[in-house]
Amino acid sequence: MQHDDVIWDLIGPKQFCSYKVKTKTGHFCRNEYNITGTCNRQSCPLANSQYATIREEKGQCFLYMKVIERAAFPARMWEKVKLSKNYEKALQEIDENLIYWPFYIRHKCKQRFTKITQYLIRIRKLTLKRQRKLVPLSRKVERREKRREEKALIAAQLDNAIEKELLERLKQGTYGDIYNFPVHAFDKAMEKQDEDSETEEEEDQEGEEEDEEAGKREFVEGDEFEESDLSDFEDMNNLQASGDEDEESEEEEEEESEEEMEEEIEEEKKAPAKSKGKTPLKGPVRKKRAYVEIEYEQETEPASKNKAS
Amino acid sequence: MDFVEVPVSEDVPVSEDVPAKKSKVKKEKKKKLKREIKEEKEEQGPEPEQPSGTLLPPSYSLSEIKNKQRRHLMFMKLKQEKRKLKLDLRKKRRKEREALGDKAPPKEVPKTIENQRVYDETTVDPEDEEVAYDEGTDEFSAYFNKLTNPKVLITTSDRPRGRTVRFCEQLASVVPNAHVYYRRGLALKRIIPQCVSRDFTYLMVINEDRKVPNGMVLCHLPDGPTAHFKVSSVRLRKEMKRRGKEPTEHHPEVILNNFTTRLGHSIGRMFAALFPQDPQFTGRQVATFHNQRDFIFFRFHRYIFKNEKKVGIQELGPRFTMKLRSLQKGTFDSKYGEYEWVHKRHEMDSSRRKFHL
Repeated sequence: MQHDDVIWDLIGPKQFCSYKVKTKTGHFCRNEYNITGTCNRQSCPLANSQYATIREEKGQCFLYMKVIERAAFPARMWEKVKLSKNYEKALQEIDENLIYWPFYIRHKCKQRFTKITQYLIRIRKLTLKRQRKLVPLSRKVERREKRREEKALIAAQLDNAIEKELLERLKQGTYGDIYNFPVHAFDKAMEKQDEDSETEEEEDQEGEEEDEEAGKREFVEGDEFEESDLSDFEDMNNLQASGDEDEESEEEEEEESEEEMEEEIEEEKKAPAKSKGKTPLKGPVRKKRAYVEIEYEQETEPASKNKAS
Repeated sequence: MDFVEVPVSEDVPVSEDVPAKKSKVKKEKKKKLKREIKEEKEEQGPEPEQPSGTLLPPSYSLSEIKNKQRRHLMFMKLKQEKRKLKLDLRKKRRKEREALGDKAPPKEVPKTIENQRVYDETTVDPEDEEVAYDEGTDEFSAYFNKLTNPKVLITTSDRPRGRTVRFCEQLASVVPNAHVYYRRGLALKRIIPQCVSRDFTYLMVINEDRKVPNGMVLCHLPDGPTAHFKVSSVRLRKEMKRRGKEPTEHHPEVILNNFTTRLGHSIGRMFAALFPQDPQFTGRQVATFHNQRDFIFFRFHRYIFKNEKKVGIQELGPRFTMKLRSLQKGTFDSKYGEYEWVHKRHEMDSSRRKFHL
């Protein structure tokens, strides 16, 4: 027999019900036919023989009704009514179907139906927006990739590769006339490599320069070593200090380039001006040559920059 | 502990001299008991003092010594002997080489992964006409014919964290003519037409996961290819050791290393098209994309030529590693786009010697 009160006593507030979830603030009912989701005398589908719910399936809402006459036939207990997609019409349908039913159930059904339609609308809106796709990472794969990356980094020897590439470009002349290094060593470098048609032109230029310097070589050689040493120091200085001095050294290199074309003697005298940081070391050496006068031609700087571009 | 009892008294007079040889090897205290145990072990076990050190009686192996310390010691000795043998062999070989002089056989080249790489049939031949024709007519031809100047839009995924934002800013300082914009939940498919109308040539989206940038979508804009990379090992400027000052506004040079196959070639051209065609050599800055075993390493340096044989480089700028995940033909369209190349782990990662870039 269907004695609702007895059932409620058995599964009710202080007793055990397998659909009941107890939390700090209240009791919930996990039964899928429950209309409010709380564990109440009025909203327990087991303890009420006349009961109705709204449930939705794939965007379609249905009204489920249970009456005491069908309590003996569990397979046919719930009557399923499809509700219209129109909100107002559906509310009217609920009213029609639940006419003469207790107010509580009617009210709760309509509330539930409203909530369901609202969340269906939201789903439809969100699917139109951007969907974020979550891609799972496999830990094993990630670890493997990380290890391979480290090994590839070691095998790459990046610094060496970059330096080699830059030197290649220098040799091929992509930098034009910005950098002019001492000719002897340049010749040696060129001789070591195979000669292409491109490099033959460079050799011609060097030939001309050699002719210019041929007469002056006597003075120049001894000093040139110091000059290259100094240039190393200067460059070290520049690298350490970086920034402003880089630009200064660029200008100085350009000035150097002009003056190499003219007279090499003047280059050496520029040395005192350049390595400011090194004055204490180089003092006595410089003073030997300090008596020779220097003439800079700063107006020609823009010309050299034009050469570079 | 049965070995303590029987043989000790017999062996003590015989093996007095043995401990002297073993003493250098011993690490523990020289208690008489232990010494006796050792002596006994030596009696039973291998003969390390003999010149052919590693010879063991056939029924004996290193793993049968129960005492862990002794076992370890014997193993160390075994290793030392092996190493010595190897060294001797090397020296002998070197002497032979010198003795033979010119007639010596050529030096053997050690095998590396790069040596053993499976030959990829799509490797580009420098003189290949088909490749040259393709490159003359592909989406980058406009750039390489100096018709367009690159203009890059850098953005992130939604709600970027500080690290990603700083990374974007630093990238913008490295790539000339780059602008950073906040994403604010906009859809990429809507951003792209706007970018095109404003003359951008590249769209770069840095994806973020767990407060760290981990992916990049690089989209060439007037309907160019879209490449999706996995980004790792991001180092911002302040984390670099011995870095220089900020990168200046000069256009950097570009170095592309090791892009050999057709796919690698097209990716390389994508990177090249990020930077303007006229590098300003006075800036002395160089951006490098180096491909090694399908990992693309990005570095940004400032260089200085000390003389024509030596160049010094100083790293500025951020550094990161990329791995190509997919290359899609049109602009960004993950659902309906036509993919030219997708990394399929089970097919492509099965061989350790096969690389695709």
